[in-house]
Amino acid sequence: MYTAIVLLPLLGFLVAGIFGRVIGAKASEYITSGFLIIAAILSWVAFISVGLGDGETQIIPIATWIVSGALDVQWAIRVDTLTAVMLVVVNTVSALVHVYSIGYMHHDPHKSRFFAYLSLFTFAMLTLVTSDNLVQMFFGWEGVGLASYLLIGFWYQRPSANAAAMKAFVVNRIGDFGFALGIFGVYYLFDSVNLATIFANAQGFVESGAEGGGAVLTFLGTPYEPATAMTVVCLLLFMGAMGKSAQFLLHTWLPDAMEGPTPVSALIHAATMVTAGVFMVARLSPLFELSHTALTFVTFIGATTAFFAATIGLVQTDIKRVIAYSTCSQLGYMFVALGVGAYGVGVFHLFTHAFFKALLFLGAGSVIHAVSDEQDMRKMGGLRKHIPLTYWMMIVGTLALTGFPLTAGYFSKDAIIEAAFVGDNAFAQYGFWMTVIAALMTSFYSWRLIFLTFHGKPRASVDVMKHVHESPPVMTVPLMVLALGALVAGFVFSGSFIGHHQGEFWKTALFMSADNHVLEEMHHVPQWVKWSPFVMMVIGLVVAWYFYIKAPDAPKRLAARHDGLYKFLLNKWYFDELYDFLFVRPAMKLGRFLWKRGDGTVIDGFGPDGISTLVQDVTARVVRLQTGYIYHYAFAMLIGVALLVTWTMFAGGGAH
Amino acid sequence: MQPELTLMPDLMPALPELFLAVGALVLLMIGAFGGERATPAVTGMSAALIALAALILLFMPAEGATFGGAFVQDAFARYLKILTLIGSGLAIAMSVAYGRAEKFERFEYPVLIVLGTLGMMLIISANDLIAAYLGLELMSLSLYVVASINRDSVRSTEAGLKYFVLGALSSGMLLYGMSLVYGFTGQTDFAAIAQTLAQHGGSLGLTFGLVFVLAGMVFKISAVPFHMWTPDVYEGAPTPVTAYFAAAPKIAAMAMITRIVITAFEPVAMEWQQVVVFVSIASMVLGAFAAIGQKNIKRLMAYSSIGHMGYALVGLVAGSQAGVRGVIIYMSIYLAMTLGTFACILAMRRKEGMVEDISDLSGLSRTNPMMAFLLAMLMFSLAGIPPLAGFFGKFYVFLAAVEAGFYVLAVIGVLTSVVSAFYYLRIVKVMYFDEPAAGFVPMPSELKIVLGLAGVFVIFFVAIAGPLVGAAGTAAKTFF
Repeated sequence: MYTAIVLLPLLGFLVAGIFGRVIGAKASEYITSGFLIIAAILSWVAFISVGLGDGETQIIPIATWIVSGALDVQWAIRVDTLTAVMLVVVNTVSALVHVYSIGYMHHDPHKSRFFAYLSLFTFAMLTLVTSDNLVQMFFGWEGVGLASYLLIGFWYQRPSANAAAMKAFVVNRIGDFGFALGIFGVYYLFDSVNLATIFANAQGFVESGAEGGGAVLTFLGTPYEPATAMTVVCLLLFMGAMGKSAQFLLHTWLPDAMEGPTPVSALIHAATMVTAGVFMVARLSPLFELSHTALTFVTFIGATTAFFAATIGLVQTDIKRVIAYSTCSQLGYMFVALGVGAYGVGVFHLFTHAFFKALLFLGAGSVIHAVSDEQDMRKMGGLRKHIPLTYWMMIVGTLALTGFPLTAGYFSKDAIIEAAFVGDNAFAQYGFWMTVIAALMTSFYSWRLIFLTFHGKPRASVDVMKHVHESPPVMTVPLMVLALGALVAGFVFSGSFIGHHQGEFWKTALFMSADNHVLEEMHHVPQWVKWSPFVMMVIGLVVAWYFYIKAPDAPKRLAARHDGLYKFLLNKWYFDELYDFLFVRPAMKLGRFLWKRGDGTVIDGFGPDGISTLVQDVTARVVRLQTGYIYHYAFAMLIGVALLVTWTMFAGGGAH
Repeated sequence: MQPELTLMPDLMPALPELFLAVGALVLLMIGAFGGERATPAVTGMSAALIALAALILLFMPAEGATFGGAFVQDAFARYLKILTLIGSGLAIAMSVAYGRAEKFERFEYPVLIVLGTLGMMLIISANDLIAAYLGLELMSLSLYVVASINRDSVRSTEAGLKYFVLGALSSGMLLYGMSLVYGFTGQTDFAAIAQTLAQHGGSLGLTFGLVFVLAGMVFKISAVPFHMWTPDVYEGAPTPVTAYFAAAPKIAAMAMITRIVITAFEPVAMEWQQVVVFVSIASMVLGAFAAIGQKNIKRLMAYSSIGHMGYALVGLVAGSQAGVRGVIIYMSIYLAMTLGTFACILAMRRKEGMVEDISDLSGLSRTNPMMAFLLAMLMFSLAGIPPLAGFFGKFYVFLAAVEAGFYVLAVIGVLTSVVSAFYYLRIVKVMYFDEPAAGFVPMPSELKIVLGLAGVFVIFFVAIAGPLVGAAGTAAKTFF
């Protein structure tokens, strides 16, 4: 069954990718979607049997991949609760996105290719989450990177899509480089890339250092003892997570990734790709749990991202970008939870977030579909009456995202804030305050999105408004399924994921050291802490209502008064400009130099071009020797003989 | 044994030569009395004569010597004579259609070729300076006349005259060199020269003589700096004559050079190797560079043949059995490639007449795909691209040079073959990627056969490499 879950999307990819032209777009759509739906159903079966039942951790070997000396890499499927959760998230969202895409991509001429890529994307992510060793995980990791590149640049005729695809790929390479170094480090320390082996030896390894072991790892010229070596390795691994999960400093690719078709955005943001980082840290919790420093760093980055992305979300006008920054911010939440040691809480937020973020994205896609591919919210407004179903679905998504009581987000997000409050590392309190403030901003920008898009007077042209229509059922049904998840997922599963049953639920999938009591303590926080997210949510709602319903010219006045701040946020803290100045332009300059001077002048000049010029020159001279005059020829012969005689006489005299 | 009978030399080892000589005279009579009408018959009989000579050669005893040791019949001679006969026979065959179309039907032409071939066979078997010189002159005189056979064409007569004057000069050098060699060794027999040299060592006078002898001989294979006649003669002479020039005489002259340096001058290897190294490098370089500037395909083939003689000499420089084997293999492959290419050049005929420019081949792949394909294969082979025959030819000579320690020579050979690849590939490019020019008239069947055989040979050389290399090895063993 597990093998089928992983391989069905691959099969779909191969069929649609290789035979797409032969079997046609319709067949490609149905085959890939059908396979994904089967995989999704099987995933839920797996989830119930492993998570809610008493399924043990299983390893299902598929093939031997690399055997070289001590390095033994198998392709195997590791199934435990964490995997089961990820399978559900990935396959459910992916299946719905596949179905939704049938409607959304209706007019696109390259549907087979699109569905093939979607299935490839899903397969890569499944390989990642089912891996039982770091190399396989890296394979999935890179596969996800490749598929995202292909999908973001799906409309390759657009230069902006190509640029965004390249940006995503390049920024991810930076993180992947760290991840690769981390994997090398782990192999160096443990002589294995197998997760089970590593986890079994991790505790003892760090303790061996406490008894006075010498330096075991040298990185960047500095020797490290076992405990610090573990920190270094964890930080390197986390660097990979930062790239893939678009955390602060490596986040710049995520908003640009909006250039891809909207279902792709939903897939990237909700199920695949960005959740990989969170999953990886949770999966490697036995390692991270041993490095307090690394966890503190994770908390710091998570909290900063949560806050920072939320501030940018406040002022964006592109409907997809608002949601994109929201994702970035929510991922920050998850890392805060992981950073304070509440892995279950982080994964729980990942789980609920998948539903409402996919819902919001697909809803936004439905809106964009309705208003003839317009994405600027300033040109929308008043759409509520025209597309009521989409409207209500978006409301559900917004409620869940802002953490309205009893929706999915309420359970998971509040749990993160509480966990941060009781967390015991240096940045836990920072994390708490940042996430609380971010909750206020989340509420504001989410409702701003709703109000700008659906309420008020229509700002679109009459022509566009005339064509506004509700999406077909193939698009709205997935919305409803996701809405259901967004409403009840938290309520139904919070007991298992983070409540009193979490021990039986997670079993050995997540590791928490003996002195980690976050999950215990988070249930006993002061009342004001429990209430703070709700209050923030309400304040955000009210402010948004005031700004965009009651006094629609207030935002403009505010922006004018704080022009500098507004510009700062609107330009995303000038990160793109900064990176452009620091890295892109110097790199371009260096590249241009090496190309024009290094390659053009030196290599071509003395190499191919130089030689061909020389050859032509020599040829011209030689041909000119051939005058046609017989006395020249005879002269050449005599000169030749004289030369040969002289040469043999002076140089040759070996025999005498 | 009766003493008067011993004065009569044993004629059996020279049976094919005698057969050719008598045959040529008979054909001359037929032509002289039959006039122009007899030309087709004479042509056919000449070809048959050459084929019969080859058959006799195949079935007679492999070893033998006569005329007091001046004429030897051995495995080396047999192999190269057969190659020469193939070259001459096919040259006659390829001239038929041309002669008909260009009003160039003279019975003297096939007869002269037979006589020239006789000269070639004599020099291949010559084991004495005087015998070598006589054979060479017989060959050269035939070639002078053949070069200017088209008396109405200014270019043809100019080519013949140039060849004659320069050839006379080279003959003079050769004779002068031979007299020096005789003067300093007192011998004309190759084996005796070698014996004397081994006993007394070389001398300055002998070195002089050696250089002059070599200069006179490499003139015939048009190696640099004695190559100047080649492009002009190739271009000026009628194309069938050029095809003949490019194939048979080169093989015979190369065989003579090989025999002389390996047998007679073996004790002074250092001296002749230096000369041959210089000539070889100069030929390879000039062949590679000068051909790039050519627009006329016959001129291009002239430079190409200069370069190929340079490569063949690389094997000779090694002076070893592997080297001689390399030379023999190289000449065999060179023969096939040259005949095939000239079959294509002879087929470059439009309604208004023969054309000779490379640009006339434009888009041949669309007007005549089969010819374009085979010519492309021949060009790839001439450039030495594996797995075609030309690659193996170069491989064996370079291998021999490397084994004998002539690394620099081998490296220069490889580099120049890269440069020369340019003009061969350019022809392929012109045929396959340029806009089609007007098509050629259909190819005569004899050209088709020659081209087909050559194409099969270069493409499937890998399959026949074993026996061929074995035969060449046996031939090379003669000297060691």
